[in-house]
Amino acid sequence: MAEQTLSPGPSRAGFDWKRRFPWAHIILRHPQARIGLVIVLLLAAMGVFAPLLVPGDPNDFVAIPNRAPSAEYPLGTDPLGRNELALVVWGARESLAIGFGTAAVAILVATVVGMIAGYFGGLLDDVLVLIMNLFLVIPGLPLLILLAAYLRPSTATVILALALTGWAFHARIIRAVTLSLREKDYVAAAIVAGEGNLHIIFRQILPNMINLIVGGFIGTSIYGIAASTALAFLGLTDMEAVSWGTNLFYAQNGNSLLLGAWWVFVPSGLLVALSALGLAWINYGMDEITNPRLRAERELRNALRGTKLQRVRATPVMRREH
Amino acid sequence: MKFILRRLGFYLIAFWAALTLDFILPRLLPGDPAAAILGPIGSRMTQVQIAALRQALGLTEAPLFQQYLTFVTHVFQGDLGVSYSAFPAPVTQVIGTSLRWTLLLGITSLLISFTLGHLIGILGAWRRGSAFDVVMPPLFNFIGAFPAFFLALGAVYFFGMQLKWFPIAHAAKDHLPPGWTVEYIGSVLHHLALPLTVSVLVNLQVWIQTMRNNMVSVLAEDYITMAEAKGLTQNRIMFGYAARNAFLPSITGFGIFLGSILSGQVLIEQVFAYPGLGYLLTKAVGARDYPLMGGLFLGITAGVLLVNFLVDIVYTWVDPRVRAE
Repeated sequence: MAEQTLSPGPSRAGFDWKRRFPWAHIILRHPQARIGLVIVLLLAAMGVFAPLLVPGDPNDFVAIPNRAPSAEYPLGTDPLGRNELALVVWGARESLAIGFGTAAVAILVATVVGMIAGYFGGLLDDVLVLIMNLFLVIPGLPLLILLAAYLRPSTATVILALALTGWAFHARIIRAVTLSLREKDYVAAAIVAGEGNLHIIFRQILPNMINLIVGGFIGTSIYGIAASTALAFLGLTDMEAVSWGTNLFYAQNGNSLLLGAWWVFVPSGLLVALSALGLAWINYGMDEITNPRLRAERELRNALRGTKLQRVRATPVMRREH
Repeated sequence: MKFILRRLGFYLIAFWAALTLDFILPRLLPGDPAAAILGPIGSRMTQVQIAALRQALGLTEAPLFQQYLTFVTHVFQGDLGVSYSAFPAPVTQVIGTSLRWTLLLGITSLLISFTLGHLIGILGAWRRGSAFDVVMPPLFNFIGAFPAFFLALGAVYFFGMQLKWFPIAHAAKDHLPPGWTVEYIGSVLHHLALPLTVSVLVNLQVWIQTMRNNMVSVLAEDYITMAEAKGLTQNRIMFGYAARNAFLPSITGFGIFLGSILSGQVLIEQVFAYPGLGYLLTKAVGARDYPLMGGLFLGITAGVLLVNFLVDIVYTWVDPRVRAE
């Protein structure tokens, strides 16, 4: 039984993606990660196809404010008399775009800065590490609020402000990993072979950090979605651009709570939590890649299922059959 | 000692960076900063008034470097300017009144979530895969995925407005004279209940996760197997052997969180109109009270840096490896 669950089996197609992208394979086999992936893809599809799902401008006034859900407006209307369903569906667009946009910018910066610092070392490393530590120690949310208050609010400026406050954490991790990968024999071999710095960074070191970068991207997306929702909730983003955060802003500032209009704040808040949860679940799968101990534990649990054997506290070690 | 001096140097640089940012941001506004800040009312002000305002903001015609020097000197003299929205109170005084509410909410929340989270983390790792471990950590993880202010909105709606069990705004009953009376303290606690619960729920999962993970790796160590082989009681192994070592990284975590007390409650305070620093910050942004905004940012940053420095000192004392470096 153990062999059945542990061996990936011979691949049918000519291209063996399991061997080529072992991390993608682990994620797809991880039950929680699979659910997370489905959730995130569904929410992203909702955002992408918003114009088809709920056609028209979500900012249009359609009925009296704070109206209870009905057949015509399944989620009722908000304090401005807008169709709440349209706001929630269109909100996915802006919220997810900001989340993924922030992650893309922040992780790009983190990777470049982290790898430069870790690879070249010396004074450059000292300066870059100092900058990273500065961004880590200065409190993020007040800085974010300050930036948002001074910048002209738009999707782009929000992404920039979030990326500015969110890049340093992963830059430090990537620097540390670069530092250790640089000492590996294959890097030494590449140097002896006369390869240039760029080749070594991009072809030798970077491929070994893909899982780290993907994990960082997902983590930063969660941060971007949550923090942009918070900023919008405080009224610090472009209020014309419908997002889950602006929906919550109007719920708080439009007497919806006082009138008992729960439908104005519950759906948007739930979707923010759901997207964060979905992304976090995908990252659990990523965790098993970086920390094989977790994976070994789960595989042991599966292998022992149905038997009377007992688990010991020591770290389980299992050999993978190939 | 060398370690501590190096950290001190770093925190001084960090404070200088925050200070400089606070100086540069208002000057990056497109066009005339004073006019931009005043917005529509600016047109109704006389030339003299605008000049006075520019003077108050430190936006004189003097060269930038000289403005910078004046700004830095004022900050080190404890002068952060005058708040617009609470005119003519100085910024430092406005911050002072809010600070105690933030500290009350933040410290109680940290102590409760820290203790509770560690207990759940220890028990979860100890009985890995048990019903407790399968239900509790993921449950709080799920709750923690919600934005703090969404939980706060839910609490306001359900416990404040529908059930009317708890007040929904402010830190104490209005018109009640502050003092060490039973009535006043009772009112403070009553007002604290909802924001505190939300804050604990949101922060709990961090402690559960870190403690559970640390426990899992510590439990795999040989000395734990040894302790089991010696036949020690389970409680002794759990707390005296495993949890004790798994707890070390939490000290750093505690320090980081202690710093974030000052800034971490912004959204919860906003929803409950709880008069702490975070509520003050969002109010200052809403009122375009730039001196107060800048002062709050500087004050919060200084507080966070100070706490971090104290934690570094404590850590050298707790972990001899750092001292040996």
